[in-house]
Amino acid sequence: MNHLSLVIKREYLTKIRNKSFIVMTFMSPLIMVGIFALVAYLSQLNNEKIRVIDVLDESGMFRGYLQGNENISFEMLSEETSLEEAKTNSSESEDYGLLYIPKTSTIAELESSIVFYSEDSPALTMMNDLENALESRANALKLEEAGYDATTIKNLRLNIRPKLETFAGEETSKMGSGLKLIFGGAAGYLLFMFIIIYGNMIMRSVIEEKTSRIVEVIISSVKPTKLLLGKIIGTSLAGVTQFAAWVVLIGVFGWVITAIFGIDPSAMQQQQAATQAAAMGGMEKMVQDVFMEISNLPILNLIVMFLLFFVGGYLLYASLYASVGAAVDSETDTQQFIFPILMPLILAVYVGFFTVIDNPHGMVSQVFSYIPFTSPVVMLMRIPFGVPLWQQLISVAILFITFFATVWLAAKIYRVGILMYGKKASYKELIKWLKY
Amino acid sequence: MEKLLVAKNVSKSFGSFTALNDVSIEVPKGSVFGLLGPNGAGKTTFIRIINQITMPDTGSVTLDGEPLHPSHIAHIGYLPEERGLYKSMKVGEQALYLAQLKGLDKQEAKKRLRYWFERLEIGDWWDKKIQELSKGMAQKIQFVVTVLHQPKLLIFDEPFSGFDPINANLIKDEILQLREQGATVIFSTHRMESVEEMCDHIALIHKSNKILDGRLVDIKRAYKNNTYEVGLLTENESQVVAELKERFEVNPAHFKTINDELQYKIQIPETASPNDLIQFLTQRGQITHFVEVVPSANDIFIETVKNN
Repeated sequence: MNHLSLVIKREYLTKIRNKSFIVMTFMSPLIMVGIFALVAYLSQLNNEKIRVIDVLDESGMFRGYLQGNENISFEMLSEETSLEEAKTNSSESEDYGLLYIPKTSTIAELESSIVFYSEDSPALTMMNDLENALESRANALKLEEAGYDATTIKNLRLNIRPKLETFAGEETSKMGSGLKLIFGGAAGYLLFMFIIIYGNMIMRSVIEEKTSRIVEVIISSVKPTKLLLGKIIGTSLAGVTQFAAWVVLIGVFGWVITAIFGIDPSAMQQQQAATQAAAMGGMEKMVQDVFMEISNLPILNLIVMFLLFFVGGYLLYASLYASVGAAVDSETDTQQFIFPILMPLILAVYVGFFTVIDNPHGMVSQVFSYIPFTSPVVMLMRIPFGVPLWQQLISVAILFITFFATVWLAAKIYRVGILMYGKKASYKELIKWLKY
Repeated sequence: MEKLLVAKNVSKSFGSFTALNDVSIEVPKGSVFGLLGPNGAGKTTFIRIINQITMPDTGSVTLDGEPLHPSHIAHIGYLPEERGLYKSMKVGEQALYLAQLKGLDKQEAKKRLRYWFERLEIGDWWDKKIQELSKGMAQKIQFVVTVLHQPKLLIFDEPFSGFDPINANLIKDEILQLREQGATVIFSTHRMESVEEMCDHIALIHKSNKILDGRLVDIKRAYKNNTYEVGLLTENESQVVAELKERFEVNPAHFKTINDELQYKIQIPETASPNDLIQFLTQRGQITHFVEVVPSANDIFIETVKNN
């Protein structure tokens, strides 16, 4: 077996067998699924109760016209009840609040004279429901007053939904943008997380070899660049293994928890989705749209570019992390070097989530998708929105050229740094090392 | 004598600092070669160049007549001064890994490890982690790993640090035995008594320059100055002392004895023979002690470094 594969094998096996690695592999998905299930369960618990609202309608204009929904229901009080009586009754009963509609001379006056009494300030979503119910009846009354028939007007109203189509003739929908965002965002964020978690792991592994003083023994058998490369590849393979395990475990745990507790994790969004679906012409149409949009995404382009940017971006940062590990003596000294590495990475994610969402092809998005330290994240987020192939290729080319230059520099720092003990490295020192 | 390692005019600098300045060293085959020098003299840099960890700026190094090449790694065993092992890795696994990096195949490495572990009585450590072992125990494993691939050239940088006297002796015997079997040993240390005991050739590096090298006996011969340590029982001491001082360079000496005699270091002229001194002494009293003062490696080290 040659040196590189020996180093890769050792790095991989040591990582995989490490106790905290194993614990993390199993605990992280458990914690994630657990928290998700808890949130789902709690919000279900929260929304279960239907809020009863007592209505004292002195105007008599709303009786029979107020319609409740799955969150609120209205209970009309007799018109003879005085306001004071109604207030005492409401506050003493379990009911959520009291809606008081006074008798006014004109309908317009209602705008400011209706009062809602409750224990404390009411929930926003409930107030929306309440206002909608009141407005739709009041508007109908105003129309009648002006001599129009409310139902006729409702029937006359047109609902225009432009059919979306690209110049190339592909059908799209409003779902598209959201979906593209999810694909791009997930790809960019995945890379970001991967770099931070496993970049750190590589750095620690370099520091470990330095502090345990084995590095000179190893270096007398293996070329430093091979050791560096083997470390990066071995750790990445361990990372890919861990990610794969997480995906599988989240699936399994999710399924188990759903089965045991009978929680439907999608319950949270069901209502929202249902309203959206209604607006777009039914659930079926929505599902259709999703599939249509997915098939419209440049899937092959996305996968190929994802792999290229992921590998290039990850290796670029991994080699930087490794040289930081070589430059210091202990993990506590890494801060001053880690910060400048994290900066462009965090910037990339911010640019991705704010600027790209706003305008995927704007000036800022374009510039950042060429800068090699941000391009992997930003470009990955842009690609689903359609980036010309030549632009993607230029960006990949810049990334890989920078990658080779960085690895060359990192290997130099690494080669000198691993044999420097007890010397506190400064940036000045690092530049000196590059000249050795 | 055939040379295993020949370094010619090797120079190396780091930035503005010169670590080695035009150093030429020849290591004869089958010798134990002492590489001596104060801290920071450039010994480690020289050793790292032999191990191809760093490249010389100028000059050449050949091993067995061939210029250094990556394949030579398999023929060199190196125990660095800054050494260690992976703390959380098991002993056996770790030794196998390091042996495979030196080009041994797994089965052969296993077989040899078993042999060495038995020989050094550490057989039951195979599944232990390094962090469970004491420093001396870890050093034994480090030694085994260094010699396992039966290298032609063994390089030990301060091999005895961290060993108790018993284990240090054990390792010393193992090193000498490896030499018997044909290995050449380069030995870098500050402990002059082990240089005295083990080395047949030495080179002294000071402030990046080689200032002395050769066979240890030749160097000693060159450094001796016809001085003899003498014990003499005599009745009229003051007269004898005066006579001695008149003819020779005399310095007081101190050695353990059961007699109450005169103790002096006496240097005779280069033209004279020790027999002349003995003759002179026998005429004046009874000789109880007569030894040629041969400079120790320690004396040579200190004197040469001071004079440079």
